Amino acid sequence: MSQVAIKNGYYGEFGGSFVPEDLQQVLQYIGEQYEKYKNDPEFNEELDYYLREYAGRENPLYLAENLTKQLGGAKIYLKREDLNHTGSHKINNVLGQILLAKRMGVKRVIAETGAGQHGVATATACAMFGMECTIYMGAKDTKRQALNVFRMELLGAKVVAVDKGQGLLKEAVDEAFADLVANYKNTFYLIGSAVGPTPYPEMVEHFQSIISKESRAQHLEKEGKLPTAVVAAVGGGSNAAGAFAHYKEDKEVRLIGVEPAGAATLSKGSPAVFHGFKSFVLQDEEGNLLETSSIAAGLDYQGVGPLHAHLHSTGRGEYVTVTNEEVLEAFQTLSRVEGIIPALESSHAVAYALKLAPTLSPEDSIIVNVSGRGDKDVEQVFEMLNK
Amino acid sequence: MSQLKEAILSTTSGGNKAFIPYIMAGDGGLEKLQPTILKLQELGVTAIEVGIPFTDPVADGPTIERAGERALANGTTLRKVIETLTSFADKIQVPLVAMTYLNPILAYGVEKFAEDAKLAGIRGVIIPDMPLEEREIVHPALKANHIALVQLVSLTSTSERIERLTKASEGFIYAVTVNGITGARSSFASELEEHFKKIQEYTDTPVLAGFGISTPEHVKSFSDFCSGVIVGSKIVDSLVADDWATIEELVKASKVTAVK
Repeated sequence: MSQVAIKNGYYGEFGGSFVPEDLQQVLQYIGEQYEKYKNDPEFNEELDYYLREYAGRENPLYLAENLTKQLGGAKIYLKREDLNHTGSHKINNVLGQILLAKRMGVKRVIAETGAGQHGVATATACAMFGMECTIYMGAKDTKRQALNVFRMELLGAKVVAVDKGQGLLKEAVDEAFADLVANYKNTFYLIGSAVGPTPYPEMVEHFQSIISKESRAQHLEKEGKLPTAVVAAVGGGSNAAGAFAHYKEDKEVRLIGVEPAGAATLSKGSPAVFHGFKSFVLQDEEGNLLETSSIAAGLDYQGVGPLHAHLHSTGRGEYVTVTNEEVLEAFQTLSRVEGIIPALESSHAVAYALKLAPTLSPEDSIIVNVSGRGDKDVEQVFEMLNK
Repeated sequence: MSQLKEAILSTTSGGNKAFIPYIMAGDGGLEKLQPTILKLQELGVTAIEVGIPFTDPVADGPTIERAGERALANGTTLRKVIETLTSFADKIQVPLVAMTYLNPILAYGVEKFAEDAKLAGIRGVIIPDMPLEEREIVHPALKANHIALVQLVSLTSTSERIERLTKASEGFIYAVTVNGITGARSSFASELEEHFKKIQEYTDTPVLAGFGISTPEHVKSFSDFCSGVIVGSKIVDSLVADDWATIEELVKASKVTAVK
């Protein structure tokens, strides 16, 4: 299943570990620990327990009947990751990695966060497991997301505003890695997206693969067959990695990743080495990174996880783009028609499904991964609609 | 033997220590590159490390990162740095060591980079985000153009890894003296001396200390257990302030004969 394509930290020709020597050594150790525990029955029993009792899994695969009727094509199923504790798929991976940190005997966890969702999920799990928690966040992001900073502090985390460079996610990641190198003996770096040097992309995919493990079984039970397509938003690519994982070998199932038109890494980027791994990236002809722009902070990233670069280049995955306008429309449509307010990130997947469904027949079905709930975005959307 | 290693060995065989200043190409404008290199050369440095700015400098501390941002903002690119160096290559007498990240080299084209770098006077390359395991991406092209590929050895490296790194490293071995990123530090871990001894056990290639060396006292104290030093952030700051007296003091500290 999900590990099939991975060899020595590479998905095909993408991935690897392009980091300075001091970090190399530390990452190798984390990789060894991950290998040691990922198939350990006791470890997995404990993870299952917390996913069930704490995060609230399994979550429904919900048939969006109203939307299906309105569009008049394929059946639309929604995988409800928005119903997890902390409101998104992020908690799946956080619980997996924090249990690994616990096994490693580590008492301190650090994480980076952009918009704050991964930081909140990490702070939540640290509160429950009694771990010391430090969250690195770009100084500009801490101002834009002041409420999430308060949320993390409420959960007992220390939030460090990184006032370097542009004061965004990239600087937060750099600072977290510097912390890891200096404190690796008692610290675990919990990365939230399926990016970065090995073993992180594989580890994140593994812990997120619960999404498709459930959805595949749920769909088989409801429809007696596999879905026609699985649609998920792609920024760094963690929710899509999890939504696709168990379908990789089901060649008849279309795997569709949806990128923002303003950060269309796979559609408009080219192969590169940056942020510690080889993947597709938006770059200029000199190999420097270009800036991105998306209304969804969680997708506003120049790169993409190596898994998606691999699925894209082999043709197994289809990667498409939607515009900000289409995303806003989808955000409102799902709210109005189904009473579900999706995160702006997830609204990218919804937006593409709205276009795809009418082109298919009622015999077909589409699973849309609703990776998170939209409460965090309501204010932003309010401002955009009333401008 | 590479020209870079030769330059270091000829310095140390004379009783002095190697001194390699780091400069960020394009900080203050590319027109500063020629006078800066020629003046450093006059001061008697062993080689010069020329930093190429990149948008994702994962191994650089705040001082060099900011210098890189300034250089990028005024349009500095790998291509332009190589062109500028080539324009006065006949005046360059010390080996130049390019420090850059892998992606700009990939975008330039590995073969083309190696050929052009050679004509620009570049005799060594440091690529901090390229691990030992991936060095074949660039090594054949560099080797064909007689450019040494310098490896970094860190405090977190295990003995087994130190052995492989030191055996692979060409020109010199860049021993990182702090955990983490570049930048001036005020004190050093006590296990450093042990660390250097361990590195030197595996090789006769000179070992140079870098990262966080910022005073003449640092330069001298490291000289006791290695072949020389690389000074980065402090040089970058001094160049911005046009403070050549500080730079001269640092270079002097590496010269046993000149120090009373």
